[in-house]
Amino acid sequence: MKPSSPDSDEAALLVGLRAGDQVACEKLVRTYSGRLLAVTRRFLHNEDDARDALQDAFLSAFRALPTFAEGSLLSTWLHRIAVNAALMKLRTRRRRPEDPIEDLLPTFVEDGHRVNPGPDWKEPAEVVLQRQETRVLVRECIERLPETYRTVLLLRDIEELDTEEVARLLEVSPNAVKIRLHRARQALRELLDPHFREDRP
Amino acid sequence: MITCRDFIEFLADYLARELPAQQHTVFDEHVADCPNCSAYLRSYTMTVKLGKAACTDLDGPAPAEVPEKLLEAIRAARSK
Amino acid sequence: MTCREFIEFLWQYLSKDLSADERAQFEAHLARCAPCVRYLKSYQETIRAGKGSFTNLDDPVPAEVPEELVYAILLSWSKHERR
Repeated sequence: MKPSSPDSDEAALLVGLRAGDQVACEKLVRTYSGRLLAVTRRFLHNEDDARDALQDAFLSAFRALPTFAEGSLLSTWLHRIAVNAALMKLRTRRRRPEDPIEDLLPTFVEDGHRVNPGPDWKEPAEVVLQRQETRVLVRECIERLPETYRTVLLLRDIEELDTEEVARLLEVSPNAVKIRLHRARQALRELLDPHFREDRP
Repeated sequence: MITCRDFIEFLADYLARELPAQQHTVFDEHVADCPNCSAYLRSYTMTVKLGKAACTDLDGPAPAEVPEKLLEAIRAARSK
Repeated sequence: MTCREFIEFLWQYLSKDLSADERAQFEAHLARCAPCVRYLKSYQETIRAGKGSFTNLDDPVPAEVPEELVYAILLSWSKHERR
């Protein structure tokens, strides 16, 4: 039997969803909630918040179903809704004091040279990424970034939204987005450095 | 002439090609002359790649927008 | 096919690391399939733009979802449906 193409599976699912079919709804939730919970968890550290945002995301999706454009991909659409739900949740939470990002940035001496530059990272990304530990490590280091900076890194470098869009979503200036992104990347680099530098044990 | 501190501070703009042309050249020259900053540049761009890749599920199904026929062609080629 | 298998194949194809047979087979398909050629071209463009092979991949590593959360979501759906 010829395997069904993803297109026809998705089309059938949409028909069921639009008809209010419970089986289709359950299939949707079971198919996508794992991925979408991973998304909300990245933005929101608190597990309860991440789960709330997941619920909010599905509710938004149900409401917005009539506007789902034919020819779009369900996964991309849901993913975007989940990111938005996570951001909304971030906005409504009371701001907690964050560790200052300065503690995680490289330091310089008076003449402008970096303190302890250390050895190169010689292995290319494709090689290190074969190791599962690398992926776990990088995700853990991203989690350690202060929230304001982590959010921008996630939106720009992981979600690959552009600067203007991120500025709009976070209600800050594009310049603020650029500065935060750069600081987030610098901090992440510092956190990763002990693990990738050539002289690591 | 710029210091390493200057280089790193404006690195994102340099990589995004958002520096004025003259400044961009000054940065090019600094990278060429400074092994520490050249190494920093490498690790910085690798950090960005690693961040994206680590948050992506490589063991999940092939990306949704890949034409099904392309996947079939790859399977067929692989099974030879 | 997993993401990893897909990427590895394309990397091998683009860096000419496939066996002659695999290559011939794959290119025979490309010769008659415009959508695949288009996809491949855009994929190559993305790599050239320096993002590496990991763009076009939006799926995060999936999380374990507790059953009660699934039920909670389905419940809010049925409430929504009944409106």
